[in-house]
Amino acid sequence: MMRLRIYYPVLAVAALVVVLHIVLAASGNTYYMTQITMSAYYALVVIGLCLLMGYAGQISLGHAGFFAIGGYTVAVLTTCNLTSVRETPAIGLLRSLGLLVQWQDLYGREILSFQPWLAFLAAMLLTVLIALVIGLPVIRLKGHYLAMATLGFGLIIYRTVLGAKTFGQADGISNVPAFGLVGSLQVNGRAPFRVQNYYIAWVAVLAAMVLSLNLIHSRVGRALRSIHQSEEAAHSLGIDTYRYKLATFILSALFAAVGGALLTHYNGSIGPSEATVIKSVRYVAIVAVGGMDNLWGAMIMGVLLNFLSLRGVFGSFDDAVFGAILIGVMIFAPQGLLRVPRLRAVTSLLPRRSHG
Amino acid sequence: MGSALLETRHLHRSFGGVHAVKDVSMKVRTGTIKAVIGPNGAGKTTLFNLIAGTTTPQRGEVLFRDKPITTWKPHAIAAMGIARTFQTTKLFPHMTVQENVMVGRHPRTHSGFLAGMLNLPCTWREDRETQTRATEILADLGLASYACETASNLSFGRQRLVEFARALATEPALLLLDEPAAGLNIYETQELSRLILRIRDRGVTCLIVEHDMSLVMDISDEVLVLDQGQKIAEGPPAQIQRDPDVIRIYLGDDHA
Repeated sequence: MMRLRIYYPVLAVAALVVVLHIVLAASGNTYYMTQITMSAYYALVVIGLCLLMGYAGQISLGHAGFFAIGGYTVAVLTTCNLTSVRETPAIGLLRSLGLLVQWQDLYGREILSFQPWLAFLAAMLLTVLIALVIGLPVIRLKGHYLAMATLGFGLIIYRTVLGAKTFGQADGISNVPAFGLVGSLQVNGRAPFRVQNYYIAWVAVLAAMVLSLNLIHSRVGRALRSIHQSEEAAHSLGIDTYRYKLATFILSALFAAVGGALLTHYNGSIGPSEATVIKSVRYVAIVAVGGMDNLWGAMIMGVLLNFLSLRGVFGSFDDAVFGAILIGVMIFAPQGLLRVPRLRAVTSLLPRRSHG
Repeated sequence: MGSALLETRHLHRSFGGVHAVKDVSMKVRTGTIKAVIGPNGAGKTTLFNLIAGTTTPQRGEVLFRDKPITTWKPHAIAAMGIARTFQTTKLFPHMTVQENVMVGRHPRTHSGFLAGMLNLPCTWREDRETQTRATEILADLGLASYACETASNLSFGRQRLVEFARALATEPALLLLDEPAAGLNIYETQELSRLILRIRDRGVTCLIVEHDMSLVMDISDEVLVLDQGQKIAEGPPAQIQRDPDVIRIYLGDDHA
């Protein structure tokens, strides 16, 4: 079916994005756009995690790991300098195929590295592979065990990027070039590109939303929700529950990796703080605040809370705030903050009028 | 009587030291209703789970249309044409009744992740058909007016009917019903037996685990009696009612 109805909010958000641009421009606050752009890329992780947690009903405490895999892969491939081996036949072949690019870094050094689009593809491929290898054994686990296993995965990625020279250890990787898309459009964090990147990021988010909305309203989406609500019944109705959970795990890892790769190009750098378990917990907290099985809630909260965090509103208590949010949501609003409160729930709190 | 649709051969499953199902061989003929009865703990539900693939047997074989399906996973068995209901109704509580039945169309439809994410036109027709089919089945079982209701809001008896509808949506050749009359009142049970007969008359073979003797004796073509995991008797209801072994199990030694 066409289901045009599900796309109306997409148009509404698109309109809001334009209005926000106008408001920011009129008030002279266009520098906010930088943090909004960054928040939008974080929101991609949250949207993917929402599919996994809210719809397929599987938790992951390792999504910062997939974000980091996306980010670090593009960072390594676009900054590795092949100049010293440029005369070897293999490099010559890659160059003649147009897979390499010659550019100058901030210090004017000549750098020969992989094309950003190639690095991006490699990052996605690597993410799928790692998600598959991790997912194959781990997705059989349930509840706490799945949480712990994905937590372990996140820790491995964190210690790897922190320990390995290739990943710059504690310094991370900087000097990542811009990612040219089409024409003069590029994922680039410098001030002259601020406005176009604001729109690039929102197009990415809204595209992710359209894909996700389509999915949850499809046959597969129904199957995922059924697995969440009664796995045994879903299995007995011909749904290959293991395969569907695994596929969703890989898909949500891909969303995280896209966010990581694009944000790394935008920031021009990535560091180990992006791979911490605290970040993974933050993503889970945001999905919970959004209402678990609420894609719009996850997206809005993903942009909003990350924006506040990046603006430094939470000060040095940043991580504590997200911890508190998680606890608060679980106790007071397990349905999320954006669920329209039922009138009855409100009125039931009022003292009953006794009938004489 | 037709040929055997389902057959088990020397099926065996124990849990710890308990032999839940012990060397059970039986046949379910196409187009019949077969009931499995026996005291609590006789191994009836285990036998069901062995057939449906939720439990794997330690020995023995399950054949469906003469094809071994012994180690198959439940989803593959469902796709082959065996559907089931559960002793404690397992609906998808937060979905509507209609959606519950639509999930039942899963093994007869094909759109995958990519087609779904891109909302390809080829999925539209399939989705429309899924909806139409679900609506037809609901109307057939008298549930049309509950289509948009959230499943968990329905009464117990209606939830069970929805589970029936959902199982029928998979277009099964064999329907496994695990204590369908449990928790139903006498009128609902009568309605249920009419429904099961109607399903059978449409060519769906039924295998029923049941405690309610009146239901079993009224509608089944054949009865299998289990006690402590073993087959005690098998035959038409009239013969089972006279069987001294069966009477002893149900009423004690004095009556045999």
